[in-house]
Amino acid sequence: MTDISIVLPVLLPLMIAIFLLFFWGKVQSQKWISILGSLAVLGYSIWLFAKVYSGGLLTMQAGNWEAPFGITLVADVFSVTMILLTSIAGLAVSIFSAASISSSRIRFGYFPILHLLLMGLNGAFLTGDIFNLYVWFEIIIIASFVLMTLGSEKSQLESAVNYVVMNLLASVIFLTAIAILYGIAGTLNMADLSIKVAEIENRGLVNVTALLFFVGFGIKSAVFPLYFWLPSSYHTPPSAVAAIFGGLLTKVGVYALLRVFTLIFIPDSFLSTLLLAVAALTLITGAFGALIQSNVRKMISYLIVCHIGFMMAGLAMYTDTALTGAAFYLIHDVIVKTNVFILLGIVFIMYGSFKLPELGGLYADYPKLAIVMALVLFSLVGIPPLSGFWPKLFLFEAAFDTESYIMIGALIFASFITLVVIAKLWSQIFWKANPKIVVVNRQLPSFMELSWSKRALLITPLLLLTAVSLYIGLGAENIVKLSSQIANDLMDPSAYIEAVLGTKSQTP
Amino acid sequence: MELLLAIVIGILYAAGIYMMLRRSLVKLIIGLILLGNGANMLIFLLGRIKKGSPPIIPDSSSVFIEAYADPIPQALILTAIVISFGLQAFAIVLIKRVYQVVGTDDLDKINNMEETL
Repeated sequence: MTDISIVLPVLLPLMIAIFLLFFWGKVQSQKWISILGSLAVLGYSIWLFAKVYSGGLLTMQAGNWEAPFGITLVADVFSVTMILLTSIAGLAVSIFSAASISSSRIRFGYFPILHLLLMGLNGAFLTGDIFNLYVWFEIIIIASFVLMTLGSEKSQLESAVNYVVMNLLASVIFLTAIAILYGIAGTLNMADLSIKVAEIENRGLVNVTALLFFVGFGIKSAVFPLYFWLPSSYHTPPSAVAAIFGGLLTKVGVYALLRVFTLIFIPDSFLSTLLLAVAALTLITGAFGALIQSNVRKMISYLIVCHIGFMMAGLAMYTDTALTGAAFYLIHDVIVKTNVFILLGIVFIMYGSFKLPELGGLYADYPKLAIVMALVLFSLVGIPPLSGFWPKLFLFEAAFDTESYIMIGALIFASFITLVVIAKLWSQIFWKANPKIVVVNRQLPSFMELSWSKRALLITPLLLLTAVSLYIGLGAENIVKLSSQIANDLMDPSAYIEAVLGTKSQTP
Repeated sequence: MELLLAIVIGILYAAGIYMMLRRSLVKLIIGLILLGNGANMLIFLLGRIKKGSPPIIPDSSSVFIEAYADPIPQALILTAIVISFGLQAFAIVLIKRVYQVVGTDDLDKINNMEETL
């Protein structure tokens, strides 16, 4: 059914960003507007989620142009779940930014750009038009370029070159894919494409287009041969920026892959073999990469790559159970990866370093915080009953069902290496005695010297996201219900197509 | 006309990728610009070129009678040009800044510095 209200997740962050521009240079007011605005967006997302989850999907035709001609916005359960996750992560990062981003960065427009990034993410999750998806991707990357380079530190700029070039290349490949798709199908509406592409007889051409989409989205979501930009750029920006990048930017690529490869290009034997191989190799190479790093943020960057493999595995096996696992993993991953980067940001403020040899003694210094951080790290590994455990159950079950035993091996290997890496982190940061290396270039006062309110601002997002991930783990029943509904919608897109195109899709 | 455009697009893509593989930052950006232009031409070509029949319904009829030029690819190209203009402007400012801070436009040297971090 048509509903104008689904455009608000895009409009609200835009209005917040515009409103923030009126407070250019006023650091304190920007912080509060950003936090309150994020709270409002979160409230609205919860309301929209409840509405769509109980009432079925909503669509909106922009400018009242009928479906295959105009731009359609679609809010199905998958979209609103991603919007809800974005706004939870957005709120946490807003709060954390208020405490950890230097005021010189805020003076140069950090908060407006952050909210424009959130707007782009919400737009990408809502759109039902493939070219519109491209436009949202561009909004996301231009905002992320600014966040990446804001501050112009030397290491930031060097890694930004990698990041900018790879993202621009991905956009060009995505645009090429859209051009060919428009040439062969003559439409851009995703629901309409779903019908038209299935009717095309030249499957070779369709597969080539699908591969171009795969490469375009694959660069953005950092899958096996295309992930090298990620570990070489995610360790340089401020922690709050790394949190939003690590939590959401690669996931929007995964979202696009899940959407496009279930709705438009149903994987045939060639594509599903390719997806399986890519998923397994992503799991293995990401895990190996994480093993040898000594910079904690690089370590977690490789774990991002490794864990993208879990979601790709779900897509590659392409059964109901597998997609349930992928959707569950996506929900878990957005929250936990954002949280891990926030955690590392707090560790950096405490000890002034991201390098393992210079860290240590956190458990002795801050025992209560260490327990919370342990929960976060254990969720990332997936120790039952925490959140990372449940999706793996589904993925294993799907792998046994489809008899892809290599995939089972890769899944076990990746889970095991994740455990090793986290154990290493735990023993080095928390248990080892502090090496008392005096870190040069310390700009920030140490954690205990900060005012009470600032410490509260730093810890609140950690606690908020930990609570959410505990809920995902302990209330897994609800999340399983949600993810299996997402998987059902993805496997059988007829409801989506019908809602977008109206009754016209009834004709056989 | 289609054949000529196809050849031009092929040259643009090839030149763009060749330039991207060079080590100089400036050539990298030029490569990206060429690739972007190639993609825009590709949209134009794949939107089926039609000469001299604008998509305007004449007063005497209420529907299209003859084949007409598809306006959508042109709208897409317009959007893509605007977006790539913004991104390229950003990329050019970025490489200027990188050159000022790092003091080289050789990509290999930039990577080496990163490894030693």
